[in-house]
Amino acid sequence: MSDDTVIKIRGLRNSFGEQIIHDDLDLDVRRGEILGVVGGSGTGKSVLMRSIIGLQTPDGGTVEVLGENMIGREEDEAKNIRRRWGVLFQNGALFSTLTVAENVEVPIREYFPFIKEPLLDEIAGYKIAMSNLTPDAGPKYPAELSGGMIKRAGLARALALDPELLFLDEPTAGLDPIAAASFDELIEGLKEKLELTVFLITHDLDTLWAICDRVAVLADQKVVAVGTIEELLALDHPWIQEYFNGPRGRAAHAGVKGQ
Amino acid sequence: MGDQSTTSDPASEAQPYRVLGSLTISRAATTQREIEALADPVTIDLSGVEKVDTVGAWLIYRTVRDRGAKVIGASKDVAGLLDQVAEADHPARVRPEEQPGALRVLNEIGEWVSDAVNTLIGLVGFLGAVLIGFAAIIRRPKKFRVNAVIQRFDLVGVRALGIIGLMSFLIGIVVGQQGAVQLEQFGAEVYTINLIGRITIRELGTLMTAIMVAGRSGSAFAAQLGTMKITEEIDAMRTIGVSPVEALVIPRMMAAVVMMPLLAFYAMIMSLIGGGIFCWISLEIPPLTYIQRLQEVVPTHDLWIGLIKAPVFGGIIALAGCFQGMQVESNSEEVGIRTTNAVVQAIFLVIILDAVFAIFFSSIGWL
Repeated sequence: MSDDTVIKIRGLRNSFGEQIIHDDLDLDVRRGEILGVVGGSGTGKSVLMRSIIGLQTPDGGTVEVLGENMIGREEDEAKNIRRRWGVLFQNGALFSTLTVAENVEVPIREYFPFIKEPLLDEIAGYKIAMSNLTPDAGPKYPAELSGGMIKRAGLARALALDPELLFLDEPTAGLDPIAAASFDELIEGLKEKLELTVFLITHDLDTLWAICDRVAVLADQKVVAVGTIEELLALDHPWIQEYFNGPRGRAAHAGVKGQ
Repeated sequence: MGDQSTTSDPASEAQPYRVLGSLTISRAATTQREIEALADPVTIDLSGVEKVDTVGAWLIYRTVRDRGAKVIGASKDVAGLLDQVAEADHPARVRPEEQPGALRVLNEIGEWVSDAVNTLIGLVGFLGAVLIGFAAIIRRPKKFRVNAVIQRFDLVGVRALGIIGLMSFLIGIVVGQQGAVQLEQFGAEVYTINLIGRITIRELGTLMTAIMVAGRSGSAFAAQLGTMKITEEIDAMRTIGVSPVEALVIPRMMAAVVMMPLLAFYAMIMSLIGGGIFCWISLEIPPLTYIQRLQEVVPTHDLWIGLIKAPVFGGIIALAGCFQGMQVESNSEEVGIRTTNAVVQAIFLVIILDAVFAIFFSSIGWL
């Protein structure tokens, strides 16, 4: 296993009926980076994530995560890999019948049933604090939380097992700019503190400029380019040019330069 | 504490607790047990740690915080992680506060009573809103949504034909068979026809159809409206100026009210056919005789009783389903609860009304 490639995708093919989502898609994610994944609607960003974490069985190709093949594995076979990643779903996907703290405890209980209740509660407590939630969010139910708090609670649950790899599906979608910026900071801070590798699907140009080390562009059923934004800007792909050089792209860039 | 320190063996201070290898969540339970077994004052030597995560760091941090332990030999990484978890130390509660048992029981009884009263008031209020909606449609017939109503006719009525037909057919056979077994003892098998004819037409046809419609359509109404409530579709309708009662509730009410008598009549016929086949095969009563006998023993008012009850039951089922669906507020779990409530409430109300009808029709002389 090459130590600096955490996710290795080769020749991935996904389709729904007639519609081909991915065809011969290659992608590497390196250890310790925040990789932003962008692409127009329907280019299969979420499908790509679901293929990596095993929620979607691809038609073909290989996906290796942390050196292990993920395709065709049974749920319990890949458990030792599963506990090394955390996933934040687009809408949080918190368990609605459990409190925020109990949500954070679910993965820990699943993998480490011998940890005693008081310690479990303390672990949930500091995970919640690390995700910048106020302590009084712990006993609340997901229905009582705002959109930003749901994302933070989902992040706390994703971090429950101290993962090496974090998957984020549009973490800043639906947040106001202030909340989105603080969420960006939170992710970058956690990445530094906990030495995470982050696979980040986003549409948020500010997020891309602010925290992503590299950006992968999905188009034409493939990853058409991977690199820093500066590298991507030098390419002559029409979608990339329009994406980063459109009015919003320029505004986001200006915002970063101004800081 | 001070007493202990004087009595403690100075040698134990010289032998710090040494963590070797991994200080991670996978060894958390063991590490915790070992640390708890140590006598104060604790000194922890982290120089042998190879792997550490936040849970491991937390275990060390809480020992330092709660027992004043001394940490030696921490590498830069480990020390950094200790600082991280120390920073995140805000006491957080995990569960909502619980009340003592007796108080909770009282509380639950109180909630149950107020829920029951509120549901009843809400249901009556909802009926009022539906009637106002009807009045609005009668004043302005253009607002009537023909397509929606016809689509509901299909879902509530036509698609239920298979299951209701089969159910009624079997009920006819069962009533015939059970009746025949009992009546045989008096040599009165021929009265099986009276039994089948009167009970299916007067009672079972309508009642069993109502129960089936409550299970099929009442639950569907609650789940559909509940989901629309969660996805804010109903709020969107309101803001556009479309009345949810007119657009969603009235088509469903109409479908249930119109389809119930038709389905009930169909169920009666299927039951009679089932009973007839049983009589033919088992009691050797030929179909023609069976039909003639039915005409003689079943009074026409039995049919009227069955058919008068049907639309009322249909209305109750649709009302309960739509009402419960509109009560959904927060999450998807509530949709399930409300759907169950809708069916339970509908069947309960149907049976109560059935009893009321039974007394009423008997007292006006339709025996």
